[in-house]
Amino acid sequence: MNPAGVPEQLRRASAITKKDIRIYYAKKSVLIFGIFLPIFLFLAFFMGSRQLPLAFLLPGLVGVTLLFTATAISPAIFSWEGRHGTLERLVSCPVSTEAIVLGDMIASILFGIGITIITVFIGLALGLSILHGITMIASIILAACCFSAIGMLLAVPPTNEPSTPMMLSLLIKFPFIFISGVFVPLEQLPSWGLALSTCSPLTYFTDLVRYSFTGEHFFPVTVDMIILGLFTLMFTTGTMYLHKRTMPKRI
Amino acid sequence: MNIIQADHVTKSFGPVTAVKDVSLAVQEGEIFGFLGPNGAGKTTTTRILTGVISFDAGSAAVLGYDIRTAALQAKQGFGVVPETSNAYTELTAWQNLMLMGELYGVERDRAEQRSTKLLDTLGLLERKDQKVQAYSKGMKQRLILAMALLHEPKLLFLDEPTSGLDVQSTQMILAMLRDMNHDGTTIFLTTHNMEEANRLCHRVGIIRGGSLIAVDAPEKLKMAIESVHRIEVSFDREVASDALAALRGVTWVKRIGDKWQLTAENQDAVIQSLVTFSQRNHTAIVTLNTLAPSLDDAFLRLTQEASS
Repeated sequence: MNPAGVPEQLRRASAITKKDIRIYYAKKSVLIFGIFLPIFLFLAFFMGSRQLPLAFLLPGLVGVTLLFTATAISPAIFSWEGRHGTLERLVSCPVSTEAIVLGDMIASILFGIGITIITVFIGLALGLSILHGITMIASIILAACCFSAIGMLLAVPPTNEPSTPMMLSLLIKFPFIFISGVFVPLEQLPSWGLALSTCSPLTYFTDLVRYSFTGEHFFPVTVDMIILGLFTLMFTTGTMYLHKRTMPKRI
Repeated sequence: MNIIQADHVTKSFGPVTAVKDVSLAVQEGEIFGFLGPNGAGKTTTTRILTGVISFDAGSAAVLGYDIRTAALQAKQGFGVVPETSNAYTELTAWQNLMLMGELYGVERDRAEQRSTKLLDTLGLLERKDQKVQAYSKGMKQRLILAMALLHEPKLLFLDEPTSGLDVQSTQMILAMLRDMNHDGTTIFLTTHNMEEANRLCHRVGIIRGGSLIAVDAPEKLKMAIESVHRIEVSFDREVASDALAALRGVTWVKRIGDKWQLTAENQDAVIQSLVTFSQRNHTAIVTLNTLAPSLDDAFLRLTQEASS
Protein backbone atom coordinates (compact mmCIF):
# COMPACT_ATOMS: atom_id res chain seq x y z
CA MET A 1 0.00 0.00 0.00
CA ASN A 2 1.34 3.40 -0.99
CA PRO A 3 -0.26 5.90 1.42
CA ALA A 4 0.71 8.81 -0.83
CA GLY A 5 -0.88 7.24 -3.95
CA VAL A 6 -3.98 8.79 -5.48
CA PRO A 7 -6.29 5.78 -4.84
CA GLU A 8 -5.38 5.68 -1.13
CA GLN A 9 -5.76 9.43 -0.74
CA LEU A 10 -9.17 9.30 -2.45
CA ARG A 11 -10.22 6.54 -0.04
CA ARG A 12 -9.12 8.65 2.90
CA ALA A 13 -10.88 11.72 1.48
CA SER A 14 -14.10 9.68 1.42
CA ALA A 15 -13.59 8.89 5.12
CA ILE A 16 -13.43 12.65 5.78
CA THR A 17 -16.62 13.10 3.74
CA LYS A 18 -18.42 10.51 5.87
CA LYS A 19 -17.16 12.17 9.04
CA ASP A 20 -18.34 15.60 7.88
CA ILE A 21 -21.79 14.34 6.95
CA ARG A 22 -22.19 12.62 10.32
CA ILE A 23 -20.92 15.53 12.37
CA TYR A 24 -21.92 18.66 10.47
CA TYR A 25 -24.55 18.00 7.81
CA ALA A 26 -26.87 15.33 9.22
CA LYS A 27 -28.26 17.73 11.81
CA LYS A 28 -31.85 18.88 11.89
CA SER A 29 -30.89 22.56 12.29
CA VAL A 30 -28.57 22.45 9.26
CA LEU A 31 -31.15 20.67 7.11
CA ILE A 32 -33.89 23.08 8.13
CA PHE A 33 -31.62 26.07 7.38
CA GLY A 34 -30.70 24.56 4.00
CA ILE A 35 -34.34 24.16 3.01
CA PHE A 36 -35.99 27.22 4.50
CA LEU A 37 -33.60 30.05 3.71
CA PRO A 38 -33.92 29.79 -0.10
CA ILE A 39 -37.66 29.26 0.21
CA PHE A 40 -38.06 32.44 2.23
CA LEU A 41 -35.95 34.35 -0.28
CA PHE A 42 -38.08 32.95 -3.09
CA LEU A 43 -41.32 33.89 -1.35
CA ALA A 44 -40.00 37.40 -0.74
CA PHE A 45 -39.54 37.89 -4.47
CA PHE A 46 -42.59 35.86 -5.57
CA MET A 47 -44.99 37.77 -3.33
CA GLY A 48 -43.50 41.13 -4.22
CA SER A 49 -45.00 43.43 -6.80
CA ARG A 50 -42.74 42.38 -9.64
CA GLN A 51 -45.23 39.85 -11.04
CA LEU A 52 -42.46 37.64 -12.39
CA PRO A 53 -43.69 34.23 -13.59
CA LEU A 54 -43.02 31.07 -11.57
CA ALA A 55 -41.14 29.56 -14.53
CA PHE A 56 -38.64 32.40 -14.19
CA LEU A 57 -38.39 32.48 -10.41
CA LEU A 58 -38.06 28.77 -9.72
CA PRO A 59 -34.73 28.36 -11.52
CA GLY A 60 -33.53 31.25 -9.35
CA LEU A 61 -34.68 29.36 -6.27
CA VAL A 62 -32.75 26.29 -7.43
CA GLY A 63 -29.66 28.42 -8.01
CA VAL A 64 -29.81 30.12 -4.62
CA THR A 65 -30.52 26.82 -2.87
CA LEU A 66 -27.45 25.20 -4.34
CA LEU A 67 -25.25 28.22 -3.62
CA PHE A 68 -26.41 28.50 -0.02
CA THR A 69 -26.33 24.80 0.80
CA ALA A 70 -23.00 24.01 -0.87
CA THR A 71 -21.41 26.86 1.06
CA ALA A 72 -23.45 26.56 4.26
CA ILE A 73 -21.01 24.63 6.46
CA SER A 74 -17.72 24.15 4.62
CA PRO A 75 -16.27 27.65 5.31
CA ALA A 76 -16.35 26.99 9.06
CA ILE A 77 -15.27 23.34 9.30
CA PHE A 78 -11.54 24.03 9.65
CA SER A 79 -12.21 26.75 12.23
CA TRP A 80 -14.41 24.42 14.29
CA GLU A 81 -11.93 21.60 14.07
CA GLY A 82 -9.02 23.87 14.91
CA ARG A 83 -10.87 25.15 17.95
CA HIS A 84 -11.86 21.67 19.18
CA GLY A 85 -8.43 20.15 18.68
CA THR A 86 -9.51 17.63 16.05
CA LEU A 87 -7.68 19.31 13.16
CA GLU A 88 -4.25 18.48 14.56
CA ARG A 89 -5.33 14.86 14.86
CA LEU A 90 -6.41 14.91 11.19
CA VAL A 91 -3.21 16.61 10.02
CA SER A 92 -1.04 14.12 11.91
CA CYS A 93 -2.68 11.25 9.99
CA PRO A 94 -1.26 10.13 6.62
CA VAL A 95 -3.72 12.28 4.70
CA SER A 96 -2.63 15.11 2.43
CA THR A 97 -4.10 18.61 2.75
CA GLU A 98 -5.60 18.14 -0.71
CA ALA A 99 -7.39 14.98 0.45
CA ILE A 100 -8.75 16.75 3.53
CA VAL A 101 -10.03 19.65 1.39
CA LEU A 102 -11.46 17.23 -1.17
CA GLY A 103 -13.25 15.27 1.56
CA ASP A 104 -14.81 18.47 2.90
CA MET A 105 -15.76 19.54 -0.64
CA ILE A 106 -17.47 16.23 -1.46
CA ALA A 107 -19.56 16.45 1.73
CA SER A 108 -20.77 19.94 0.80
CA ILE A 109 -21.41 18.82 -2.80
CA LEU A 110 -23.60 15.94 -1.62
CA PHE A 111 -25.46 18.16 0.85
CA GLY A 112 -25.97 20.83 -1.81
CA ILE A 113 -27.24 18.36 -4.40
CA GLY A 114 -29.54 16.65 -1.87
CA ILE A 115 -31.29 19.86 -0.81
CA THR A 116 -31.39 21.24 -4.39
CA ILE A 117 -33.22 18.14 -5.57
CA ILE A 118 -35.95 19.02 -3.07
CA THR A 119 -36.36 22.46 -4.66
CA VAL A 120 -36.50 20.87 -8.13
CA PHE A 121 -39.33 18.68 -6.86
CA ILE A 122 -41.06 21.79 -5.48
CA GLY A 123 -40.91 23.17 -9.02
CA LEU A 124 -42.41 19.99 -10.43
CA ALA A 125 -45.13 20.06 -7.76
CA LEU A 126 -45.97 23.66 -8.73
CA GLY A 127 -46.60 22.57 -12.31
CA LEU A 128 -43.27 23.05 -14.05
CA SER A 129 -41.75 20.25 -16.08
CA ILE A 130 -38.16 19.43 -16.91
CA LEU A 131 -37.51 19.80 -20.64
CA HIS A 132 -33.78 19.05 -20.58
CA GLY A 133 -33.10 16.54 -17.81
CA ILE A 134 -29.49 15.74 -18.68
CA THR A 135 -28.56 19.43 -18.77
CA MET A 136 -30.29 19.86 -15.41
CA ILE A 137 -28.37 16.96 -13.80
CA ALA A 138 -25.01 17.94 -15.33
CA SER A 139 -25.39 21.58 -14.36
CA ILE A 140 -26.41 20.78 -10.77
CA ILE A 141 -23.37 18.50 -10.34
CA LEU A 142 -20.99 20.98 -11.95
CA ALA A 143 -22.36 23.96 -10.03
CA ALA A 144 -22.30 21.99 -6.75
CA CYS A 145 -18.57 21.37 -7.33
CA CYS A 146 -18.04 25.04 -8.16
CA PHE A 147 -19.96 26.40 -5.13
CA SER A 148 -18.36 23.87 -2.83
CA ALA A 149 -14.92 25.08 -3.98
CA ILE A 150 -16.06 28.64 -3.25
CA GLY A 151 -17.09 27.49 0.23
CA MET A 152 -13.64 26.03 0.81
CA LEU A 153 -12.00 29.20 -0.52
CA LEU A 154 -13.89 31.15 2.13
CA ALA A 155 -12.30 28.82 4.71
CA VAL A 156 -8.75 29.77 3.71
CA PRO A 157 -8.08 32.53 6.31
CA PRO A 158 -6.42 30.59 9.15
CA THR A 159 -8.67 31.43 12.07
CA ASN A 160 -10.12 29.24 14.79
CA GLU A 161 -13.09 31.59 15.15
CA PRO A 162 -15.96 30.07 13.06
CA SER A 163 -17.88 33.35 12.89
CA THR A 164 -15.15 34.95 10.74
CA PRO A 165 -15.52 32.73 7.65
CA MET A 166 -19.30 32.59 8.10
CA MET A 167 -19.53 36.38 8.05
CA LEU A 168 -17.24 36.51 5.02
CA SER A 169 -19.42 33.88 3.40
CA LEU A 170 -22.60 35.93 3.84
CA LEU A 171 -20.90 39.07 2.56
CA ILE A 172 -20.00 37.27 -0.65
CA LYS A 173 -23.13 35.15 -1.18
CA PHE A 174 -25.77 37.87 -0.98
CA PRO A 175 -24.28 40.10 -3.71
CA PHE A 176 -24.18 36.99 -5.94
CA ILE A 177 -27.99 36.81 -5.74
CA PHE A 178 -28.44 40.34 -7.05
CA ILE A 179 -25.94 40.23 -9.91
CA SER A 180 -26.66 36.73 -11.25
CA GLY A 181 -30.07 37.08 -12.88
CA VAL A 182 -31.61 35.02 -10.11
CA PHE A 183 -34.69 37.10 -9.36
CA VAL A 184 -34.05 39.93 -11.85
CA PRO A 185 -33.84 38.93 -15.53
CA LEU A 186 -30.39 39.53 -17.05
CA GLU A 187 -32.10 41.41 -19.87
CA GLN A 188 -33.32 44.01 -17.37
CA LEU A 189 -29.89 44.63 -15.86
CA PRO A 190 -27.98 47.78 -16.83
CA SER A 191 -24.82 47.22 -18.86
CA TRP A 192 -22.58 47.47 -15.78
CA GLY A 193 -24.85 44.97 -14.01
CA LEU A 194 -24.63 42.61 -16.94
CA ALA A 195 -20.84 42.95 -16.94
CA LEU A 196 -20.81 42.11 -13.22
CA SER A 197 -23.11 39.15 -13.76
CA THR A 198 -20.62 37.52 -16.13
CA CYS A 199 -18.19 37.31 -13.18
CA SER A 200 -20.61 35.20 -11.12
CA PRO A 201 -20.80 31.43 -11.61
CA LEU A 202 -24.36 31.56 -10.29
CA THR A 203 -25.35 33.44 -13.48
CA TYR A 204 -24.40 30.51 -15.68
CA PHE A 205 -25.97 27.91 -13.40
CA THR A 206 -29.27 29.81 -13.17
CA ASP A 207 -29.25 30.21 -16.95
CA LEU A 208 -28.76 26.45 -17.36
CA VAL A 209 -31.56 25.59 -14.92
CA ARG A 210 -33.87 28.07 -16.62
CA TYR A 211 -33.07 26.39 -19.93
CA SER A 212 -33.74 22.97 -18.38
CA PHE A 213 -37.19 24.08 -17.15
CA THR A 214 -38.34 26.42 -19.92
CA GLY A 215 -36.00 26.04 -22.90
CA GLU A 216 -35.11 29.75 -22.62
CA HIS A 217 -31.56 30.94 -21.96
CA PHE A 218 -29.48 34.11 -22.08
CA PHE A 219 -26.08 32.61 -22.94
CA PRO A 220 -25.60 29.58 -25.23
CA VAL A 221 -25.80 26.36 -23.17
CA THR A 222 -22.29 25.23 -24.13
CA VAL A 223 -20.90 28.61 -23.07
CA ASP A 224 -22.68 28.29 -19.70
CA MET A 225 -21.23 24.80 -19.21
CA ILE A 226 -17.68 25.73 -20.26
CA ILE A 227 -17.53 28.86 -18.11
CA LEU A 228 -19.01 27.02 -15.11
CA GLY A 229 -16.39 24.29 -15.65
CA LEU A 230 -13.60 26.87 -15.81
CA PHE A 231 -14.82 28.53 -12.61
CA THR A 232 -14.88 25.12 -10.91
CA LEU A 233 -11.35 24.33 -12.04
CA MET A 234 -10.05 27.74 -11.01
CA PHE A 235 -11.69 27.71 -7.56
CA THR A 236 -10.72 24.10 -6.84
CA THR A 237 -7.09 24.62 -7.81
CA GLY A 238 -6.99 27.88 -5.86
CA THR A 239 -8.50 26.39 -2.71
CA MET A 240 -6.13 23.38 -2.75
CA TYR A 241 -3.09 25.62 -3.20
CA LEU A 242 -4.09 28.15 -0.56
CA HIS A 243 -5.09 25.57 2.06
CA LYS A 244 -1.75 23.81 1.65
CA ARG A 245 -0.07 27.12 2.52
CA THR A 246 -2.31 28.08 5.44
CA MET A 247 -2.88 24.69 7.08
CA PRO A 248 0.28 24.82 9.30
CA LYS A 249 -0.83 28.24 10.58
CA ARG A 250 -4.03 26.73 11.95
CA ILE A 251 -2.22 24.34 14.30
CA MET B 1 19.01 2.02 13.74
CA ASN B 2 17.83 5.54 14.58
CA ILE B 3 14.09 5.63 14.21
CA ILE B 4 14.10 9.43 14.63
CA GLN B 5 17.00 11.47 13.37
CA ALA B 6 16.88 15.27 13.59
CA ASP B 7 19.87 17.37 12.56
CA HIS B 8 20.21 21.08 13.29
CA VAL B 9 16.45 21.67 13.13
CA THR B 10 15.44 25.32 13.50
CA LYS B 11 11.97 26.83 13.50
CA SER B 12 10.97 30.46 13.97
CA PHE B 13 7.58 32.10 14.38
CA GLY B 14 8.16 35.67 13.25
CA PRO B 15 10.94 37.12 15.38
CA VAL B 16 10.78 34.27 17.94
CA THR B 17 12.99 31.23 17.38
CA ALA B 18 11.02 28.40 18.97
CA VAL B 19 13.48 25.62 18.11
CA LYS B 20 17.19 26.39 17.75
CA ASP B 21 19.55 24.03 16.00
CA VAL B 22 18.14 20.90 17.67
CA SER B 23 19.81 17.60 16.84
CA LEU B 24 18.67 14.34 18.38
CA ALA B 25 18.52 10.67 17.60
CA VAL B 26 16.07 8.13 19.00
CA GLN B 27 16.94 4.49 18.66
CA GLU B 28 14.54 1.73 17.76
CA GLY B 29 12.93 0.15 20.81
CA GLU B 30 13.65 2.89 23.32
CA ILE B 31 11.40 5.17 25.31
CA PHE B 32 12.74 8.67 24.84
CA GLY B 33 11.52 11.34 27.22
CA PHE B 34 11.44 14.93 26.00
CA LEU B 35 11.44 17.34 28.91
CA GLY B 36 11.42 21.07 29.27
CA PRO B 37 9.68 23.95 31.02
CA ASN B 38 6.60 25.60 29.50
CA GLY B 39 7.37 27.36 26.23
CA ALA B 40 10.71 25.58 25.85
CA GLY B 41 9.89 24.24 22.39
CA LYS B 42 8.76 20.68 23.22
CA THR B 43 5.46 20.78 21.37
CA THR B 44 6.94 22.64 18.40
CA THR B 45 9.69 20.01 18.12
CA THR B 46 7.11 17.21 18.35
CA ARG B 47 4.95 18.87 15.69
CA ILE B 48 7.98 19.18 13.41
CA LEU B 49 8.90 15.52 13.89
CA THR B 50 5.30 14.42 13.24
CA GLY B 51 5.10 16.47 10.04
CA VAL B 52 2.34 18.73 11.33
CA ILE B 53 4.33 21.93 10.82
CA SER B 54 7.28 22.71 8.60
CA PHE B 55 10.66 23.98 9.76
CA ASP B 56 13.10 26.58 8.50
CA ALA B 57 16.46 24.83 8.57
CA GLY B 58 18.03 21.44 9.20
CA SER B 59 16.71 17.99 8.38
CA ALA B 60 14.54 15.39 10.08
CA ALA B 61 13.89 11.77 9.20
CA VAL B 62 11.34 9.54 10.92
CA LEU B 63 11.27 5.80 10.28
CA GLY B 64 13.82 6.44 7.52
CA TYR B 65 11.59 8.90 5.66
CA ASP B 66 12.42 12.57 5.24
CA ILE B 67 9.56 14.26 7.10
CA ARG B 68 9.59 17.14 4.63
CA THR B 69 9.47 15.21 1.37
CA ALA B 70 7.86 11.91 2.39
CA ALA B 71 5.62 12.95 5.28
CA LEU B 72 2.72 10.66 4.33
CA GLN B 73 4.94 7.55 4.24
CA ALA B 74 6.44 8.47 7.61
CA LYS B 75 3.01 9.24 9.14
CA GLN B 76 1.73 5.85 8.00
CA GLY B 77 4.25 4.20 10.33
CA PHE B 78 3.76 6.20 13.50
CA GLY B 79 0.91 7.16 15.81
CA VAL B 80 0.43 10.49 17.52
CA VAL B 81 -1.26 11.61 20.71
CA PRO B 82 -1.02 15.39 20.26
CA GLU B 83 -1.08 17.73 23.24
CA THR B 84 -4.18 19.64 22.24
CA SER B 85 -5.88 16.86 20.32
CA ASN B 86 -9.35 15.61 20.89
CA ALA B 87 -11.56 12.87 19.58
CA TYR B 88 -14.69 13.89 17.65
CA THR B 89 -17.14 14.40 20.49
CA GLU B 90 -20.18 14.13 18.17
CA LEU B 91 -19.14 10.60 17.24
CA THR B 92 -19.07 7.48 19.38
CA ALA B 93 -15.78 5.93 20.45
CA TRP B 94 -16.37 3.18 17.91
CA GLN B 95 -17.01 5.66 15.07
CA ASN B 96 -13.85 7.57 16.02
CA LEU B 97 -11.83 4.38 15.81
CA MET B 98 -13.38 3.36 12.49
CA LEU B 99 -12.55 6.82 11.14
CA MET B 100 -8.93 6.34 12.18
CA GLY B 101 -8.94 2.93 10.51
CA GLU B 102 -10.06 4.52 7.24
CA LEU B 103 -7.57 7.39 7.53
CA TYR B 104 -4.72 4.90 8.01
CA GLY B 105 -5.96 2.52 5.32
CA VAL B 106 -6.65 -0.35 7.75
CA GLU B 107 -9.02 -3.00 6.41
CA ARG B 108 -12.45 -2.88 8.07
CA ASP B 109 -12.22 -6.37 9.67
CA ARG B 110 -8.79 -5.66 11.09
CA ALA B 111 -9.90 -2.23 12.32
CA GLU B 112 -12.85 -3.82 14.14
CA GLN B 113 -10.64 -6.47 15.76
CA ARG B 114 -8.07 -3.91 16.86
CA SER B 115 -10.73 -1.51 18.13
CA THR B 116 -12.39 -4.19 20.24
CA LYS B 117 -9.04 -5.21 21.73
CA LEU B 118 -7.88 -1.67 22.43
CA LEU B 119 -11.18 -0.56 23.95
CA ASP B 120 -11.19 -3.65 26.14
CA THR B 121 -7.61 -3.05 27.32
CA LEU B 122 -8.34 0.58 28.04
CA GLY B 123 -11.60 -0.12 29.86
CA LEU B 124 -13.90 1.53 27.30
CA LEU B 125 -15.50 -1.42 25.54
CA GLU B 126 -18.80 -1.22 27.38
CA ARG B 127 -19.20 2.44 26.37
CA LYS B 128 -18.03 2.12 22.79
CA ASP B 129 -21.40 3.19 21.34
CA GLN B 130 -21.72 6.26 23.52
CA LYS B 131 -20.91 9.69 22.09
CA VAL B 132 -17.52 10.93 23.27
CA GLN B 133 -19.05 14.17 24.58
CA ALA B 134 -20.29 12.16 27.57
CA TYR B 135 -16.79 10.85 28.39
CA SER B 136 -14.63 12.09 31.25
CA LYS B 137 -11.23 13.62 30.47
CA GLY B 138 -9.48 10.40 31.40
CA MET B 139 -11.76 8.33 29.16
CA LYS B 140 -11.22 10.75 26.25
CA GLN B 141 -7.46 10.53 26.68
CA ARG B 142 -7.62 6.72 26.72
CA LEU B 143 -9.69 6.83 23.55
CA ILE B 144 -7.18 9.18 21.91
CA LEU B 145 -4.44 6.70 22.77
CA ALA B 146 -6.51 3.89 21.24
CA MET B 147 -6.98 6.01 18.10
CA ALA B 148 -3.22 6.48 17.83
CA LEU B 149 -2.59 2.75 18.21
CA LEU B 150 -5.24 1.36 15.89
CA HIS B 151 -2.90 0.88 12.93
CA GLU B 152 -0.23 -0.84 15.08
CA PRO B 153 2.48 1.82 14.71
CA LYS B 154 6.18 1.09 15.16
CA LEU B 155 6.66 4.48 16.75
CA LEU B 156 4.37 6.45 19.03
CA PHE B 157 4.61 10.18 19.77
CA LEU B 158 2.86 11.30 22.93
CA ASP B 159 2.66 14.94 24.00
CA GLU B 160 1.73 15.22 27.69
CA PRO B 161 -0.48 12.12 27.58
CA THR B 162 -1.26 12.02 31.31
CA SER B 163 -1.53 15.75 31.99
CA GLY B 164 -4.46 16.43 34.31
CA LEU B 165 -5.66 12.83 34.42
CA ASP B 166 -6.89 10.84 37.39
CA VAL B 167 -4.64 8.19 38.91
CA GLN B 168 -6.55 5.30 37.34
CA SER B 169 -6.29 6.65 33.79
CA THR B 170 -2.64 7.64 34.30
CA GLN B 171 -1.68 4.18 35.55
CA MET B 172 -3.62 2.49 32.76
CA ILE B 173 -1.89 4.58 30.09
CA LEU B 174 1.58 4.16 31.59
CA ALA B 175 1.12 0.40 31.94
CA MET B 176 0.05 0.20 28.31
CA LEU B 177 3.07 2.21 27.18
CA ARG B 178 5.40 -0.15 29.09
CA ASP B 179 3.76 -3.19 27.53
CA MET B 180 3.92 -1.71 24.05
CA ASN B 181 7.58 -0.85 24.46
CA HIS B 182 8.21 -4.39 25.70
CA ASP B 183 6.62 -5.61 22.46
CA GLY B 184 8.94 -3.42 20.38
CA THR B 185 7.21 -0.07 19.94
CA THR B 186 9.48 2.96 20.16
CA ILE B 187 8.03 5.79 22.23
CA PHE B 188 8.76 9.51 22.08
CA LEU B 189 7.21 10.94 25.22
CA THR B 190 6.93 14.66 25.88
CA THR B 191 6.14 15.27 29.53
CA HIS B 192 6.37 17.66 32.44
CA ASN B 193 6.21 14.80 34.87
CA MET B 194 9.73 13.98 36.02
CA GLU B 195 8.65 10.95 38.00
CA GLU B 196 6.93 9.56 34.91
CA ALA B 197 10.02 10.19 32.79
CA ASN B 198 12.28 8.74 35.46
CA ARG B 199 10.31 5.52 35.70
CA LEU B 200 9.55 5.04 32.01
CA CYS B 201 12.33 6.45 29.87
CA HIS B 202 15.58 4.86 28.76
CA ARG B 203 16.92 8.28 27.82
CA VAL B 204 15.68 11.82 28.20
CA GLY B 205 16.39 15.01 26.31
CA ILE B 206 16.01 18.36 28.06
CA ILE B 207 15.09 21.40 26.01
CA ARG B 208 15.24 24.97 27.24
CA GLY B 209 14.62 28.15 25.24
CA GLY B 210 14.41 26.10 22.05
CA SER B 211 17.84 24.52 22.52
CA LEU B 212 18.52 20.94 23.51
CA ILE B 213 20.76 21.22 26.58
CA ALA B 214 21.18 17.58 27.61
CA VAL B 215 20.44 14.10 26.32
CA ASP B 216 21.25 11.10 28.46
CA ALA B 217 19.86 8.30 30.60
CA PRO B 218 18.01 9.61 33.69
CA GLU B 219 20.50 8.02 36.10
CA LYS B 220 23.44 9.55 34.25
CA LEU B 221 21.82 12.99 34.38
CA LYS B 222 21.36 12.59 38.13
CA MET B 223 24.98 11.54 38.51
CA ALA B 224 26.05 14.64 36.61
CA ILE B 225 24.77 16.84 39.42
CA GLU B 226 25.97 14.56 42.22
CA SER B 227 28.48 17.22 43.36
CA VAL B 228 25.58 18.80 45.26
CA HIS B 229 24.04 16.84 48.15
CA ARG B 230 20.71 17.37 49.80
CA ILE B 231 20.06 16.78 53.45
CA GLU B 232 16.66 16.79 55.10
CA VAL B 233 16.52 17.52 58.82
CA SER B 234 13.85 18.24 61.42
CA PHE B 235 14.18 19.48 64.99
CA ASP B 236 11.94 19.18 68.03
CA ARG B 237 11.58 22.97 68.25
CA GLU B 238 11.62 25.99 65.95
CA VAL B 239 14.98 27.07 64.57
CA ALA B 240 15.80 30.14 62.48
CA SER B 241 16.56 29.65 58.79
CA ASP B 242 19.35 32.24 59.01
CA ALA B 243 21.08 30.15 61.65
CA LEU B 244 20.95 27.06 59.42
CA ALA B 245 22.08 28.99 56.36
CA ALA B 246 25.09 30.24 58.33
CA LEU B 247 26.33 26.73 59.09
CA ARG B 248 29.63 25.75 57.52
CA GLY B 249 29.22 24.11 54.10
CA VAL B 250 25.49 24.89 53.69
CA THR B 251 24.78 26.45 50.30
CA TRP B 252 20.96 26.61 50.33
CA VAL B 253 18.14 26.24 52.88
CA LYS B 254 14.44 25.78 52.38
CA ARG B 255 11.63 24.95 54.77
CA ILE B 256 9.37 22.13 53.59
CA GLY B 257 6.52 21.44 56.01
CA ASP B 258 8.02 20.67 59.42
CA LYS B 259 11.40 19.84 57.87
CA TRP B 260 14.36 21.77 56.51
CA GLN B 261 16.05 20.89 53.28
CA LEU B 262 19.70 21.91 52.90
CA THR B 263 22.14 21.54 50.05
CA ALA B 264 25.84 21.20 50.58
CA GLU B 265 28.95 20.35 48.66
CA ASN B 266 30.45 18.50 51.65
CA GLN B 267 27.78 16.29 53.12
CA ASP B 268 29.88 15.07 56.05
CA ALA B 269 30.83 18.60 57.18
CA VAL B 270 27.21 19.72 57.17
CA ILE B 271 26.01 16.72 59.19
CA GLN B 272 28.66 17.46 61.81
CA SER B 273 27.64 21.13 61.81
CA LEU B 274 24.00 20.17 62.33
CA VAL B 275 24.87 17.97 65.31
CA THR B 276 26.93 20.78 66.85
CA PHE B 277 24.13 23.26 66.09
CA SER B 278 21.53 21.10 67.86
CA GLN B 279 23.72 20.72 70.95
CA ARG B 280 24.45 24.44 71.19
CA ASN B 281 20.80 25.40 70.77
CA HIS B 282 19.47 22.71 73.11
CA THR B 283 17.29 21.22 70.41
CA ALA B 284 17.08 17.58 69.39
CA ILE B 285 17.31 16.31 65.83
CA VAL B 286 14.09 14.36 65.13
CA THR B 287 14.99 13.11 61.63
CA LEU B 288 18.10 13.44 59.47
CA ASN B 289 18.14 12.04 55.93
CA THR B 290 20.54 12.39 53.05
CA LEU B 291 18.66 12.57 49.74
CA ALA B 292 19.93 11.30 46.42
CA PRO B 293 19.48 13.80 43.57
CA SER B 294 16.25 13.27 41.65
CA LEU B 295 15.55 13.84 37.98
CA ASP B 296 13.74 16.97 39.15
CA ASP B 297 17.02 18.25 40.58
CA ALA B 298 18.89 17.42 37.41
CA PHE B 299 16.20 19.11 35.34
CA LEU B 300 16.12 22.24 37.48
CA ARG B 301 19.89 22.47 37.63
CA LEU B 302 20.34 22.00 33.90
CA THR B 303 17.56 24.40 32.90
CA GLN B 304 18.73 27.03 35.40
CA GLU B 305 22.30 26.76 34.13
CA ALA B 306 21.08 27.12 30.56
CA SER B 307 19.05 30.22 31.37
CA SER B 308 21.89 31.87 33.28
